[in-house]
Amino acid sequence: MIKVEWLYWLIGLVFVVMAFQMAADRSNPKRWTSAAFWGLLGLTFPYGTGVANATAGNGGWTLPAEPLGVAVLALIVLAGFNFLGKGVPVTTTDAQREAAATRLGSKIFIPALTIPLVAIVCASVLDESGLFETGKATLLGLGLGCIAALVVGMLVTGEKKVSVPIQSGRSMLEAMGSALLLPQLLAVLGSIFAAAGVGTQVGDIVNGVLPDDSRYLAVIAYCVGMFLFTVIMGNAFAAFPVMTAAIGWPVLIQQMHANEPAVLAIGMLAGFAGTLCTPMAANFNIVPATLLELKDQYGPIKAQLPTGIALLGCCTVIMALFAF
Amino acid sequence: MIVLLGVVVVILGFVTRRNPVLVVGVAGIVTGLLGRMSPLEVLAAFGRSFADSRSVTVYAIVLPVIGLLERYGLREQARNLIGRLGKLSAGRFLTVYLLVRQVTAAFGLNSIGGPAQTVRPLVAPMAEAAAERSTGAKLPDRLREKVRSYSASADTVGVFFGEDCFIAIGSILLITGFVNSTYHQEIEPTQLALWAIPLAVCAFVIHGARLLVMDRQLEREMALAAAEHELPLPEGADK
Repeated sequence: MIKVEWLYWLIGLVFVVMAFQMAADRSNPKRWTSAAFWGLLGLTFPYGTGVANATAGNGGWTLPAEPLGVAVLALIVLAGFNFLGKGVPVTTTDAQREAAATRLGSKIFIPALTIPLVAIVCASVLDESGLFETGKATLLGLGLGCIAALVVGMLVTGEKKVSVPIQSGRSMLEAMGSALLLPQLLAVLGSIFAAAGVGTQVGDIVNGVLPDDSRYLAVIAYCVGMFLFTVIMGNAFAAFPVMTAAIGWPVLIQQMHANEPAVLAIGMLAGFAGTLCTPMAANFNIVPATLLELKDQYGPIKAQLPTGIALLGCCTVIMALFAF
Repeated sequence: MIVLLGVVVVILGFVTRRNPVLVVGVAGIVTGLLGRMSPLEVLAAFGRSFADSRSVTVYAIVLPVIGLLERYGLREQARNLIGRLGKLSAGRFLTVYLLVRQVTAAFGLNSIGGPAQTVRPLVAPMAEAAAERSTGAKLPDRLREKVRSYSASADTVGVFFGEDCFIAIGSILLITGFVNSTYHQEIEPTQLALWAIPLAVCAFVIHGARLLVMDRQLEREMALAAAEHELPLPEGADK
């Protein structure tokens, strides 16, 4: 049986290899701290196996969670105080790319399409085969898809050196910087909010206002709450755990027995509708305005606002009609 | 009530444009301590949930493949492909881009587009050129801004309401990660992705319609601008 932890170890290994490349890259003015950040992040993946074993109590070797917490704080300090730098990317010139595009034509899309194809086959056909750890077929499919795509990609492009994709991936990693860490940190924040009872507090406030057994008002409260909270926080990922712990889970799913995937998936999308409307989501709304040299930095938001509000309406209606 | 101060930290942090990683870290520590956890418990909570949410970062394994393909002209070929859709109005062109962006994102290829990768070098210039071709005149600055803003919006709406149909995307994994670890459920990403499809359709219909309406607005305003331009001519003057 293929276990998901193996995939995590592979990712950890990739990060550590990239960290060594970074340490050797003299074009990066912050090469030591950059290497420390990505190397440490890489090590949290195998270490996390021990912590996850201890949390789940499913046997295997266990490790205490506190040192990992210290490592996470170190990652936050390195990323938060701008210790991450980037080197000059080792890549092809525009002319070389044009030539490769002419030579390869649409064949270049084959490896790119291999990833989702393998992922979908694993998640649907092979899920029941017992080949994968229960409930992890999708994730493992993504991992296997990437390995397959890498092989196919090297065949299609005629690239012989494995170090080339690793170098290219490293350049993309350096370009993304701490943005890559943010989703995982927001998940951490979400579960700390849940553990400290933020959701319950918001839920108490909402329940004080919300009349009992009113399914439609509860749906509106959850969807509009996701929307507004996302507008404030600038990120649906941060709003999701809070609003779900406040209304989605206790009221809609436990009390009113709504369909779980429907509530959760649509709730997240109500948050995405909020992301369309907020300057807080700078990377989606303000950065494009800068890139396109607009005089009005809210131009993209103005173009998206009516769509965002209409989609909030769609989320609410679809959830109210089909989730029960 | 006092634990809600953690939310205030997040809001203040983002309003004052602090580094988001730092804001999230500080908000986590503050909330944990206000929620009567000891410093050691806060550390353990950080470690445990970081280990439990490793699946969110799994997409990093895609980077070497995409990096390799970009070296060999993936973007250029995508550009050629879109370039073949030549003779369109701005609104229709952006509607096609919206669809392409949604479908590719639904297949997990969301790094194919983006404001830096596609919108600035490709989509916005093509949309502007299409608008000028169909209205037959140079766009005034205000309308140029409008076309550019809508180009950015087509990209953002497309990726937001396409990517959730793909099972291995961060938001889907965040939902399963959070719910499965907090409430001990066994929700599969595929179930969530199915529920994203109706909203992807709604997003396409709504934003696509608005992009087509933009065409009409452009035509009307261009006609108006042309008429105003003609107005100051003295009556009966030869043209």
